[in-house]
Amino acid sequence: MTSTACFIIVSRNDIPIYEAEVGSAAKREDAAQLHQFVLHAALDIVQDLAWTTSAMFLKAIDRFNDLVVSVYVTAGHTRFMLLHDSRNEDGIKSFFQEVHELYIKILLNPLYLPGSRITSSHFDTKVRALARKYL
Amino acid sequence: MIGTGKIKQYANVLDKPLGKGKQEVSLSAFAFLFSELVQYNQTQVDNISELETRLEDAGYAVGARVLELLCHRDKGNRRETRLLGILSFVHSTVWKVLFGKVADSLEKGTEHEDEYMISEKELLVNRFISIPKDMGTFHCGAFVAGIVKGVLENAGFPAVVTAHFVPVEGQQRPRTTILIKFAEEVLRREARLG
Repeated sequence: MTSTACFIIVSRNDIPIYEAEVGSAAKREDAAQLHQFVLHAALDIVQDLAWTTSAMFLKAIDRFNDLVVSVYVTAGHTRFMLLHDSRNEDGIKSFFQEVHELYIKILLNPLYLPGSRITSSHFDTKVRALARKYL
Repeated sequence: MIGTGKIKQYANVLDKPLGKGKQEVSLSAFAFLFSELVQYNQTQVDNISELETRLEDAGYAVGARVLELLCHRDKGNRRETRLLGILSFVHSTVWKVLFGKVADSLEKGTEHEDEYMISEKELLVNRFISIPKDMGTFHCGAFVAGIVKGVLENAGFPAVVTAHFVPVEGQQRPRTTILIKFAEEVLRREARLG
């Protein structure tokens, strides 16, 4: 099943600290930029929505053509955003929870500056493996 | 070989499970480390307020991580969106994990709407510290104030947090109060959320 998906982690200060195209469809040149644009535009909506609920998973908050933006907000207001075309909400929720655990492990590193880019290749490998598993 | 054993060695820290962690850490080890931290910073600065700022920054880094870890571990992935919620989170959960007991009291300031105080008879970090007379109002609790600031700011409640000695009649040693003054936007948002 081909699926397009773009995953971004945005820090509290609205700086993207991790990006990955995790879909299994063939990648087009302009698609990646369009995906990032849509995700950044959705940030405003997330900001308002985050204060209305104490849950972390915010489900689908925005649509663009047939692509849906789902967001997960952590306690430190780091946002995990996923642009996708699937309808598998439980899979997406589990994906977010697993990535959240990975993110906490990265954050616990005292030499990691919170809000800076995540450069660990191991983290990248694990996120892509999780994406293949859940999405 | 003796000792090779049941503990699985993980190649990368990302593979290790988060788990509950060790519940207790040796107080003397911590006191030793903390005293070294203070002494090292003393050599780097020229005056007391810079020293307090450095301790606060050290605490801020701890606070940021403690917030994420505790919300994930102890609160089942629920964020705090209200002022009283985050204050009671700091007062009970954070204090319990860091110092083994909940804070002595949480009070709302009478003079200003945006001030809150967490009081403690004696902070754990100060137990083995004595301040020389010529350092005046310096308080090693600036480290704890930094932790609280880290938690509040990362949760979206920016605040100025300071530690003070408050003399109490009838007691020889003064009580410690962590004073939290929230920023304008926090109060506005609280009013908006109702």
